[in-house]
Amino acid sequence: MNPAVVDEKVVDRVYITLKKEAESGGYFLNPDVDFTKNLVRGLLKNEQRYGYRACPCRLASGKNEEDLDIVCPCNYRDPDLNDFGACYCALYVNEAVAGGKEHAAPVPERRPPRSERGKKKAVKTVSAGPFPSLPFPVWRCTVCGYLCAREQPPEICPVCKVRKERFERFI
Amino acid sequence: MVIEHVNGKKMGKVILYALSTCGWCAKTKDLLRQLGVDFDYIYVDLLEDGEQDEVMNEIEKWNPKGSFPTLVIRDKISIAGFRETEIREALEK
Ligand code: SF4
Repeated sequence: MNPAVVDEKVVDRVYITLKKEAESGGYFLNPDVDFTKNLVRGLLKNEQRYGYRACPCRLASGKNEEDLDIVCPCNYRDPDLNDFGACYCALYVNEAVAGGKEHAAPVPERRPPRSERGKKKAVKTVSAGPFPSLPFPVWRCTVCGYLCAREQPPEICPVCKVRKERFERFI
Repeated sequence: MVIEHVNGKKMGKVILYALSTCGWCAKTKDLLRQLGVDFDYIYVDLLEDGEQDEVMNEIEKWNPKGSFPTLVIRDKISIAGFRETEIREALEK
């Protein structure tokens, strides 16, 4: 596969957009601008070669279905921010790292290995239990946990800005 | 298969499995250059599908998570991620 070439003006533009979106949702980009722009370049290369912004630090399969969990922001970002103060690539960091008080450290890979992928997903619908007759289904964003009760999930998550296909039925 | 070579001090076989887009992979490569080590690196994302599978099987032998970067030193030690102190120590052994 040929290495894709990315226009630097686009890198700058996307960097600014991601930064704004992150901050409006309570997230932070890594303050090391060169490092971060390099990851943005990676995201854009992946968008060119695969058609979606697969995580720059993980090997994408090229099949959107199989890679949904690693389309940036990935499903592992928020747990890694909680436990390690940075996402796996360190594109996103917590407030302490963003403010220069701490440094991003290596994050162990949380994504299951190839041999275990796509196995678990027995869509855990929470049993009706205490809510026997809800007027709407409840949808959960698999990236940030945002919940909403409506016929369909929103087109874009209002908190973390991922697309509709990243939502799962919660109740 | 495209294996890139960087000339330097011979310290036994040092091979870095990396992705061309990954920030920690780039840092690991920079560290090896800075240490002046003779090493090979493979950008696994740039390989053809068949080769990619073959290389992934090899990486998983060392690092079952198959994550990047994976550094294999003298067919003995493997280090997953940009762990600078561990890398320096492993090379000195
Ligand atoms: S959030 Fe971080 S780890 Fe997850 S896909 Fe984006 S860059 Fe990679």
